[in-house]
Amino acid sequence: MSGRATLATTVRVLRQLRRDRRTLALVFVVAPALLALFKAIFADQPQTFDRVGRPMIGLFPLIMMFLITSIAMLRERTSGTLERLLSLPLAKLDLLLGYALAFTVLAALQGAVTGAVGFGLLGVHARGAAGAVVLLAIVNALLGLALGLFLSAFATSEFQAVQFMPAVLMPQVLLAGLFVPRGRMPHALEVVSDALPVTYAYDALVKITADEVDRWFWLDLLVVAGSIALALLLGAATLRRRTD
Amino acid sequence: MRPDDPEPARARGAAAVEIRALRVRRGGKLILPGISLQVRPKAVTGLLGPSGSGKTTLMRSIVGVQIIESGAIVVLGEQAGTPSLRRRVAYMTQSPSVYADLTVGENLRYFAQILGLPRSRIDEAAEAVGLGPQREQLVRTLSGGERARASLAVALLGEPELLVLDEPTVDVDPILRRQLWQTFYSLADAGATVLISSHVMDEAARCHELVLVRAGRIVATGRPVELLARTGTDDLEDAFIALAQSR
Repeated sequence: MSGRATLATTVRVLRQLRRDRRTLALVFVVAPALLALFKAIFADQPQTFDRVGRPMIGLFPLIMMFLITSIAMLRERTSGTLERLLSLPLAKLDLLLGYALAFTVLAALQGAVTGAVGFGLLGVHARGAAGAVVLLAIVNALLGLALGLFLSAFATSEFQAVQFMPAVLMPQVLLAGLFVPRGRMPHALEVVSDALPVTYAYDALVKITADEVDRWFWLDLLVVAGSIALALLLGAATLRRRTD
Repeated sequence: MRPDDPEPARARGAAAVEIRALRVRRGGKLILPGISLQVRPKAVTGLLGPSGSGKTTLMRSIVGVQIIESGAIVVLGEQAGTPSLRRRVAYMTQSPSVYADLTVGENLRYFAQILGLPRSRIDEAAEAVGLGPQREQLVRTLSGGERARASLAVALLGEPELLVLDEPTVDVDPILRRQLWQTFYSLADAGATVLISSHVMDEAARCHELVLVRAGRIVATGRPVELLARTGTDDLEDAFIALAQSR
């Protein structure tokens, strides 16, 4: 692999994103708008808004990156550009890292904008550092990217790819304890949630926004990092130079 | 149509591509039941046959992106699909594989960076396909023929030793088509091997060598004049029909 090809890919992906103004607007507007909606809905339950709103700031990038990556990779596959790239002297890792770098930039910006609106305008209380939440948002975005990359291999159309979001991510977000804490779920569901990566991403977010960084926080991060690495490896394995 | 012979002197060297008993199945369907073929180096070889005859599958196999069932393919002295060939072989797919949301120039720049080429190659490749004036135009807004040429320009970038071009002149206007053929001839003159597929028989006369395929089998190979002489026809389409029926 070469830094040159990785960087060229990052620049290319960012250039494509820049052309797509509407997508960019959606990326930066939807998350803060949803957060504002949450605030309005929980107007007379400020504690609930705090409990749900804080981690939401870090969860949006996960969901967005999952969707954007799966569609972007699907496009590369269906337009023939992926086949062309793989017939060139380009390492698969160059392509994956190029994408990861470009989307990290996007996730950092989204996390910063959502964080600024959430903590600044909407009065979300975070005892932990707001900057740490943005950093965690980036980690979560990478998890979304890795999962989206892997799952895009199983979609043959955009219609299928977008449905992996409710099919794969929604259950994970619900089981992670967003609305009902895991401890109050039926035991079987709690056990299931132990095996899902988003559980750990969510846990880390909850801990950092509550300023309760303990040993388990670092374990959460470790599990998320491991999940990213595993999903990226599985995703790389789906990029085949030879196909049927 | 009176085909003239673009290259009467026939240089016989080691084949640029040598295929033995190639058998390929795609999606469970047997596309190539076992073909053998040699592609002459430093010449323009036309792979001609109706659509669905296995031309694309054969090209994909040569480029090394096709899973094959059995057989041997040696490309420029190495087994097809060997990593070192990725610099020496360029492939243009039938549907233009360029980014629609980038300009022609941005597409070329990206692929040139992957290949580690100087910027001058970008201009040369754009000029070679007649897209110099459209460099700043988004690929999405190009016509079908222009998109195909943008994709062709990417294939020309790295000055490859073997060019595998799947229907590069489809939807191209006659004047430009002649210009593209001049480009192919000069590439061959400069030492490159050019393999071009087409389902249009009037392209056949322009090739140095022909490979006629039908239903995954090779009907005939040879220079256009040879095929006409062999069949006693004066039209390559008639020759194709005569050769296909005599099998």
